[in-house]
Formats: sequence, structure tokens, C-alpha cells
Amino acid sequence: MKAAETLAIPVGALLAAMALFGLFVAVLGHNPLEVYALIYRGAFASAFSWQNTLARAAPLVLTALCVALPAQAGLMVIGGEGALVLGGLTAALVGHSLASATPLAAQLAMAAAAMLAGAAWIALAGALRHWRGVNETISSLLLTYIAIAIFNHLVEGPLKDPASLNKPSTTPLPEALMIGKLFGLDVHWGLGFGVIACLLLYVLVSHTTWGFALRIVGGNVRAARLAGLPVGALVLLACAIGGAAAGLAGMVEVAAVHGSANASLIAGYGYGGILIAFIARQNPLAILPVSVLVGGLAASGGMLQRRLDLPDATVLVFQGLAFVSILASEALYGRLRVFQPRAQAEPAA
Amino acid sequence: MTGLGWWGVPLAVLAGAVRVSTPFLFVSLGECITEKSGRINLGLEGTLVMGAMVGYAASYGTGNPWVGVLAAGAAGFALGLLHGMLCTLPRVNDIAVGIGLMLFGTGLAFFLGKAYVQPKAPMLPGIPLGFWSDAQAVRAALQVNPLFLLGLALAVALAWAFRTTRWGLVVRMVGDSSDAARAMGYGVGTVRTLATACGGLLAGVGGSFLSLYYPGSWSEGLSSGQGLMAVALVIFAGWNPIRCFWAALLFGGAGALGPALQSVGVTWGYYLFNAAPYVVTLGIMIATCSPRRTLTGAPAELSITR
Amino acid sequence: MTEGMGSMDRRQMLKALGAAGVVGALGARRAWAADKLVIGVIYVGPRDDYGYNQAQAQAAAAIKKMPGVTVVEQEKVPETTDVQKTMGSMIEQDGATLLFPTSFGYFDPHILKMAEKYPKVRFAHCGGLWTEGKHPKNAGSYFGYIDECQYLNGVVAGHASKSKKLGFIAAKPIPQVLRNINAFTLGARAVDPKITTTLIFTGDWSLPVKEAEAANSLIDQGVDVVTCHVDSPKVIVETAERRGIYVCGYHADQATLAPKGYLTGAEWNWLTPYTMHVKDAQAGKPLVNFLRGGLKEGFVKPSAYGKAVGEGARKKADAVKAQMLKGDFVIFKGPIKDNTSKTVIDQGVAQKQTDVVLEQMGYLVEGVIGKV
Repeated sequence: MKAAETLAIPVGALLAAMALFGLFVAVLGHNPLEVYALIYRGAFASAFSWQNTLARAAPLVLTALCVALPAQAGLMVIGGEGALVLGGLTAALVGHSLASATPLAAQLAMAAAAMLAGAAWIALAGALRHWRGVNETISSLLLTYIAIAIFNHLVEGPLKDPASLNKPSTTPLPEALMIGKLFGLDVHWGLGFGVIACLLLYVLVSHTTWGFALRIVGGNVRAARLAGLPVGALVLLACAIGGAAAGLAGMVEVAAVHGSANASLIAGYGYGGILIAFIARQNPLAILPVSVLVGGLAASGGMLQRRLDLPDATVLVFQGLAFVSILASEALYGRLRVFQPRAQAEPAA
Repeated sequence: MTGLGWWGVPLAVLAGAVRVSTPFLFVSLGECITEKSGRINLGLEGTLVMGAMVGYAASYGTGNPWVGVLAAGAAGFALGLLHGMLCTLPRVNDIAVGIGLMLFGTGLAFFLGKAYVQPKAPMLPGIPLGFWSDAQAVRAALQVNPLFLLGLALAVALAWAFRTTRWGLVVRMVGDSSDAARAMGYGVGTVRTLATACGGLLAGVGGSFLSLYYPGSWSEGLSSGQGLMAVALVIFAGWNPIRCFWAALLFGGAGALGPALQSVGVTWGYYLFNAAPYVVTLGIMIATCSPRRTLTGAPAELSITR
Repeated sequence: MTEGMGSMDRRQMLKALGAAGVVGALGARRAWAADKLVIGVIYVGPRDDYGYNQAQAQAAAAIKKMPGVTVVEQEKVPETTDVQKTMGSMIEQDGATLLFPTSFGYFDPHILKMAEKYPKVRFAHCGGLWTEGKHPKNAGSYFGYIDECQYLNGVVAGHASKSKKLGFIAAKPIPQVLRNINAFTLGARAVDPKITTTLIFTGDWSLPVKEAEAANSLIDQGVDVVTCHVDSPKVIVETAERRGIYVCGYHADQATLAPKGYLTGAEWNWLTPYTMHVKDAQAGKPLVNFLRGGLKEGFVKPSAYGKAVGEGARKKADAVKAQMLKGDFVIFKGPIKDNTSKTVIDQGVAQKQTDVVLEQMGYLVEGVIGKV
């Protein structure tokens, strides 16, 4: 019954959010069913919209892992944007310096460097939390702002490609190093990396001793310490893995989309990941369908703008409602009678 | 009328401190109340933006900027109330709700605020405290906004209230030990919800300052994380309202440093200078936190100190 | 719990409502498939920002009124794959055949990729550097020489300034921005060679608090005329007005925001290139790949003079404007030194507006206090 509960309650919460959103839209004078139909059309109705949805979901899968992994250890880290940006910058630099190496080796090096950069940044927040007691939510957010400032400073200053006048960027990667698209689809390999990462991390968290230890730390730190678990190492590693995922997302953005590191890298994917991780209740496997859902929502935003003249903040409102609704539904776990096991026989009066 | 040369930098930092600190002041005082009661509200960024929009719209609609301030406070109160009520539900994590409301508040504000980017609403007046000076720059620097003075008065009042009044004691008790409060018969959830709502009210007023005085217009890029920095500010200030005032001034000054240096020709690394407030915040947090002695003065029930 | 007849009626009513709603939505779709020229316009920011995007939106709004034309617009599209998807959506879902992606960063790689994928669709990009042989033929770039109007701004500012200190608030040090800063300064120094321009970079295209801070810092330093190159000059104009100094506008007309201090402004007149592209598309003529124009071609226009502009200033500015309209005036004419005393344009060299070297400008002229 528990499995049904973990599925039904979030789905119910999302439906409730949808209904609230419909009400919101109706109050503003639009037909909610028309809005739903357009959202469906924009997100899932044709091959083109599906590719649109998946392309948007791709970076979000990885940045959501940046929230979900530390969350297993009980940390609420929201610094994915900073890790992504630094990962992208490192990847661009490494790729440029290895321009003459074999493409596969260079790409692996780029990915490794990006993952290391992202891992270090988020692990810093984890370390500050573990050894100095600094709240990781605030520190990871501050680190994001600092990372973006460093990024901008370097990209427009010492690392700027002199030829990139009107849009300051690092030196572009050679064509051979760029990441291609998934077979047949108009979506790049970033989606593939994301799916693999989610599956691997799901297995890691749910089916290994390490993952179990991590979840103990997340559940009750004191019990973990009493049991002799290396809490600091676990926390750091969880943060590092999360940061590596976000760094990888940055590398994919550079190597599959832009070809160099520039201000377009700062696109809010980190923040989108936060939303997805929470709706997926920090479960790496659930992140996949939720990313598709949120990606679809974002993809349909364009349709809403163009057909109904609704501002693009419309999608933000829906996302916010969904987020809040899911959080509120946490209260219902274990409370709904329909999901509780059949009552035991009444004790004799 | 000649410029002030290098004197311009400290003066600009001072002037900037007064200007830019007011939203920090209000948001941090509001968050102070909320956190003293044992809740942490990260959604104040969304409340700030919502307050800015509502304040601007109300000022435009009624022609009176003070009505705008009141309306902004009301909107903030509503969002704070929502946060408080959601967190009262069992097993709901207040940090997560804060992030969710930040998204929701910002989205809603942008959505409803579309109509108000163009029109020009009446602004809050300034009080020319620098009338004694001949230098135009000094006069402009000391052109103080009434909300700043209101905030200062509020900081003093709150400090006194927490120390002496019964209401202040109740809030602190709920924040330090919910068991003791329950034993005394106070509804912990109610007190926390009300405290969060009041925090939201102040954050909304702080937001109205942004749109009705400085920079004095409504647009979607108005806030750049000030709501979140204010939360860090409260920790830095040790949950003391008077120290919140000084911390807000410090942050405002740090924010004004970048442009001030550029105006005297120091142009290297303006991104890094613009990141000064965040670095200062982080540095201060690292210096003042410790895992062993949980932050001195922290309300024991606050989830981030556990 | 039994509900009897009541529940049946309710269910039927809900079904009917549902069907009506779906039919309504479908009906909207059918009405879309018209045989007009569908044009897509994409903005990087909000349409009503009193600045860059608004100038584009004004042209789009005028285009909507043309017969046989349908316009779909999408705003706040970032310069990432999002814009590729947006362009794709407009083409596949709305049937657009002429696109106006208006932000500089859309060009490389996004428009280039889409142009190769959809060879039958025209992509008219604002600001890019389309190059023969390197870029596909169905993509083109148009832009205006707004530095001509910034020069006029400078002339008027030079007359109005009493402190001889002007201020310029800019987003990023890219060539288009540097060209504006230099034109403004050259115009002012043509009136009085002792005038200086203090420059502040905010770091990004839209940062209201930083822009207000920059304006205040400049004014504290004694600047009494300010102008800018940011996406939305609204905050700067309003701050200048509040502190009682003069301001020259940019992108669009901000005179209503500063009734006392607004001198004049440099505005885009995107309707000209928009109309050219639409007419070409309707007539089936090939896309003009590299479209540039200044005052003479009607791509840019100065705002009307504000109350504070004196007779002498008007006469001088009008005289320069007349020369520009005839095509006789060269702003970047040697000898020009940059602010590190290096000669960047030699004596006797005149770089006309169409000279591509100007689109790669990387220096600040003498008189500008600031660094690239």
C-alpha cells in the first residue's frame, strides 16, 4: 500500500495544483480547458513538442540531482546554478587546451574537469555545514552568486576570446569536440547522461550499503554518529556527487549547445532543478518523469504566450503552485485511511 | 559644480548604505520576528517582489504612495500567513516551503505586474536631512527616506518588545522551547504563524521601498537576492534587532561600493566588487557559526540550528 | 451514499461542459490555419521595458496592422536552446515563415542552426554580423547606426552641461556599446573639447538597482547630463529626473518619464527594416542579408527636443542632423586618439558608418574616463 501512497499523493497534489491554476486562469478571464489543451499541445501532442520537452528536461535532470543527492544526507543544497556555471567554464577551458587531442579523450577530460569543479563547489557548502555549522541552503545560494560573479569576471576579462567582441565568450571549441544528438532525436546526449546518472544514483542510494548509510545520516545524524558512521565523509561525498552532476550539466551546455562558455550559460537551470527535486521528493528515479513534466510545462509556455497572450510568468505561477501543493501534501502521508493497512481485529472490549 | 574626487567614494558608500539598506532592514527585522518564534522563512524574496509590485500598483491606482506601502504590507502579510499555515501542517519542512513560496510569489508578482511596468506611480517623498550642506552631493546623500527612519524606530521598538513585553516573551519562548510554551498553554502553531505573517508584512513594506523610492520603478529585475541575503543578515546580527540595523547598513554600503569605485575610475573587476555583499555575508557566517556551540542566541527550535 | 437523479444530471452537465470546453479549444486551433504571412517576433526581455525590447515591439505592433499579415510574439526568451525551440515552435506549430529574433545573442549558434534546418524560412536577426560565404542565405542581419543619434545626444548634452562632466552608464564593453560611448563623447567635445564622459559598467543588460546606484554615483561626482546603453533606461532616466540633472534617452522615447530633464534621445525606428523584410517576403523576393541604415535611411531617429534644450543647441544639432541626412557627416574621422593617448584613427582617415571596422571597436576615445 505504501507504494500506492507514494504515487497517489504527489499525483493528487499535482492535480490539485492544476485545478487551482485553472481557477486562477479562469478568474483572469481565460477558459481553463483551453489553457490545459494548449499546454498539452505545446508539451506532448506532437513529435516536435516532445523533442522540445525532452530538450528542456535534459539539463534539469542533472541539476535536480544536485539537490536530491545532498538531500539524502539531510542537507538542503540549492547551489546547482553555481556548480553548473563553473563546470561549464572548466570544460570550455580544458576543451580548448586539449583541442588537438583525440575527440573522445578530450571530451572525457572535459567532463571530468567539469564534474570536479562542480563537485568542489558544492562540497564546499557541505564542508562548511559539517565543520562550521553554516546553514547549507544559504551558503550554497551565496556561493552561487559568487560563482556567477567569478564566471563573468573571467569570461569577460582574462579568458575572453578576443574575436568574440559582441558576446564575450571563451575561445570556441573545435567542432570535433562537440557533443552530438541522441540517435534520431533532436535532443543532445545530455539527456542520455541524465538518464544514466539517475539510474546509477537510484541504485546507489536505494540498493547499496553506502546509500543506506547516507540515508541514516539524513534521517538522524545522532544515530548515525552513534553507529560510528563517517558522517563528514558521507556528507562531503553526497555533496560532491550532486555538484558533479550539475557540473556535468554545465559541460553539456558548453559542448552540445554553445561551443564556448559565455553569459548564456547562466540560464536558471540550477533553480529549475530545485523545483524538480522537491516534486520528485528527492528520489533519483522519480526525477526523470518529473523533469519531463516540468520540461513540458516550460515548453508549453511559448504556446500560451503566442496564442493567448498570457505572460511567460504564467508558467512560473503554475510551477509555484505545484511546488507548494506537493509540499503541503507531505502532511497527508500516513493520514489517509484509504491507504492504511486493514485494521487489526478489535481487542476484546 | 565640481565633483568630490576620492571623497566621493566614502560618501557614496554612506549614501548607498542609507539608500540600499532600507529593504534589507525591513526584511531582516521581519525575518527576525519569524526566526525568534522558531520558523525560517526563505520565501521572503518572493514576498519582497510581491510587495514591490502591489505597492507600485496601489500607489498608481490611488495616487498616494503611502497607500501603496500599506497595500504592500497587506500582501506580505497574506504570503507570510500562507507560509505559516503551510508549515503548521505536520512533516512540512519550512525551508522547502520557503523556496516554494519564493517561486510562487515571484511568478505571481511578475504575472500580475505586467500591466504596471509602463505607468509611473507617485513616489515616496524624501526628508532632506542634509539641508545644512552646500555640496549637492552631501545633500543628496543625506536625503533620507521616511521608511528608513521608520525602520530604525522599528528596530529599537522590537528590541525593547522582545526584552520587556509579554508578547515578546511568548514569541521567544515558542522559539526556544515549544514544549515549555505548550505547557504554559500557548498555541505554538498559532504564534509561529502570526510571527511569520508579521515578518511577511515587514518584508512587503521593504519591497514597496524598492518600487516606490529607490530605484523607484517596477520591473522584473528589481530584486537580486536581497530577500535571501536578509535571512543571512539575521543570523549575522545574532537575532538582535538593533544589530540587524547596523548589518543592513553594512550590506547596503557593500552594494554601493562597486559603482562608487567605478565613478572615480577604478574599473578593474567590477563583477567582483558587485559580489562584495555576498562574500561579506558568507565570510561573516563562516566566522560566527560553529557546530559545537550552536549559534549563540539562536532560537533553539530553529530548524537550521539542529 | 446514494444521490439518485441529482448525480445523473450533474454528471451529464459536467460532460457537456467538458465537451464544450474541448470544442472551444479545438475551434481556436482551426481558426489559426489561415493563409496569411505568419511572422514570429522573439524578444529577450519583456516587451514593455521602455527600452530595447519595447522599440522592437512597437515595430511589431505596427506590422500587425499590415494586410495579409499575422504576428506571433514571444518574450523573455533566453539566449539558449530555448530560442531554438521557440523558433522551431513558431515554424512548426504556428506556420511562421519570417522570423524576427531580436536579441544579439540569438545569432550564433541558434539562428544559424535553425536556418540550416529550415531553408525555406527567413530569419531576420537584429544586430548580428552576417557574412557572405560563412552564413546561410536564408538568414540575414539588420541593424541601425544609432551612434549617429548618440552623437546628436552628445552635441545637445555638450551645450546643456554646466559642469562639463557627462556620464554614461553601460551594460557591457562590447563594440556596439563602445561605439555609442565614443559617438556621444565626440559629439559633446565638438561643442567643447574640455568635456569629459565618466563611464560606469553595470555588468549586465538589466540591473535596476545597479543602474540607480551608478546614476547616483555619477551625480555625486558632479555629472550633470547622463545617458546610457542598457536594456531599459527607465530607472536611469527617472533617477536623473529626481536628482534634477539632465538626461538623454536611448532605445525609445522616455520624455514622459523626465519632463524637466529630458534633452533628447537616440531612438530606434525598427519599422523601416521590418517593413522592408515583410514586403520582400510577401513579394517573394530574396532576403536582404546585410541591412544597415542610419538617420538617412530611417532606421534611427532622434527624440524631439525637450524644454531644456536652448536655441543654440537646437541649431547646432539640427545642422549636424541635416548633414547626416545627406550622408555627408563622418563621426569617426581622424585624427582620433583613445583615452590612453594612442592614435586609433590616423589623420585624414574617415571611417564611414558602413565601414565594418567600426563594428569591431575596442577602444574608448580621449575624454572618456573609464576602461574597457
